[in-house]
Amino acid sequence: MNYKLDFTPVIEGLPDLLAACLGTFALALGGMALAIVIGIGGVILRDSALAPVRWAVKAFVELIRNTPFLVQIFFIYFALPLAGLRLDPTPTAIIALGINGGAYAIEIIRGGVQSIPKGQIEAGLALGLHKGQVFRLIVLKPALRAIFPSLTSQFVLLTLTTSICSAISAYELTSVAQQIETSSFRSFEVYGTITVFYLVISWVMMRFFGEITRRYFSYPVK
Amino acid sequence: MTQADAMKGSAAQAEPMIAMNHVEKWYGDYKALTDINLSVRKGERIVLCGPSGSGKSTLIRCINHLESYQKGEIRVSGTKVDDNARTIDAVRREVGMVFQHFNLFPHMTVLDNCMLAPMRSLGAGKAEAEATARQLLGRVKILEQADKYPSQLSGGQQQRVAIARALCMKPKVMLFDEPTSALDPEMVKEVLDTMIGLAEEGMTMICVTHEMGFARQVADRVIFMADGAIVEEATPEAFFSAPSHERTRKFLGEILRQH
Repeated sequence: MNYKLDFTPVIEGLPDLLAACLGTFALALGGMALAIVIGIGGVILRDSALAPVRWAVKAFVELIRNTPFLVQIFFIYFALPLAGLRLDPTPTAIIALGINGGAYAIEIIRGGVQSIPKGQIEAGLALGLHKGQVFRLIVLKPALRAIFPSLTSQFVLLTLTTSICSAISAYELTSVAQQIETSSFRSFEVYGTITVFYLVISWVMMRFFGEITRRYFSYPVK
Repeated sequence: MTQADAMKGSAAQAEPMIAMNHVEKWYGDYKALTDINLSVRKGERIVLCGPSGSGKSTLIRCINHLESYQKGEIRVSGTKVDDNARTIDAVRREVGMVFQHFNLFPHMTVLDNCMLAPMRSLGAGKAEAEATARQLLGRVKILEQADKYPSQLSGGQQQRVAIARALCMKPKVMLFDEPTSALDPEMVKEVLDTMIGLAEEGMTMICVTHEMGFARQVADRVIFMADGAIVEEATPEAFFSAPSHERTRKFLGEILRQH
């Protein structure tokens, strides 16, 4: 191996790389927020009284979970403008991440909702609460608690998936790293460095979810 | 008091608290309730017993529409219980229910369990709901546990909280669905004592239970069900000393042997 390590371009690009980490966080958090909304909304609609609504949710989940994320984001970015819907790379990335993560979140949260004993729902109804109130006030929190570890790993995965958004030049860590690599040819140093960055980002995300668990799901159970 | 007497009495007074007329219910092809006729006056205490699968839980769950019924009519203080969402809400606000497995909400403290429905369903203010909750938790002798979570309480304590939670809605009727069946024997008494106290204060109650001592002590009428129908209905004295049906005698023989 005659390759001589030279971190100069990485060090010179460090402010850009660190700023790009914030871009990665923004995509991840935006995507997660959207995924949670789609996830909870999808779970409610999945049990709608209207059969076409239930089918639509099922079809959405199947479509998204059985196609590649790269194709989904290309579709939104390159194909939708032909239908008149043109979005910038960063909103496109957040929407794509949210839709993709949302489809997985629907299935995960649904599992949590199904784990809630029927008696809990009956107790809420017997107290005069509406179906919607029962879901929001009684079912949702224990359901999320039950599946939060799965949701956490899905969302860490979503965080790492942000790197694929470099394919449409969304502002995030991998895109910026690619630019530095293209101009310096220091592939080993550049990708080695962002590998460490991604490790740290994942760790921060896990701490973030650990903190949510500690704050909101720490009620005692037997 | 016979069914006929009860009907006469209720006709003389105002509307009965609960009126079930020719109620029938099916689960698919299976007939769960057959021609149920039951009239409960204000302040009356009914004990409902019978072998498992006889339809007693199904009967009381029809009263607050946790189960629908296909034929006949149920009225709760005059309001017809049907599939109309608004009347279901109105009825449920007047009918409290206590379940076999307590069904306290695990993610809320005891106090919050008791405050939730008055605030969300009746629109009570926080201070008002808390005052009511504390008063009723005191009445079931569990006020000192108000800030604990359900999982930190014993079964008997949880069931007393469940009774207080239902009472916080200021119901006109209380339904008890085997409230002591899931309890360890040493905890049965504390729950029964709470129920006896409630009965003595004049609460209208329908209790599905096999606690025959409770039936003797507080019931105005004992109703025996088998195969989805009411077989026998009598005062506790008559029911225990001279049951008129063979099914009742057999059931009592089995129940009393266990005790």
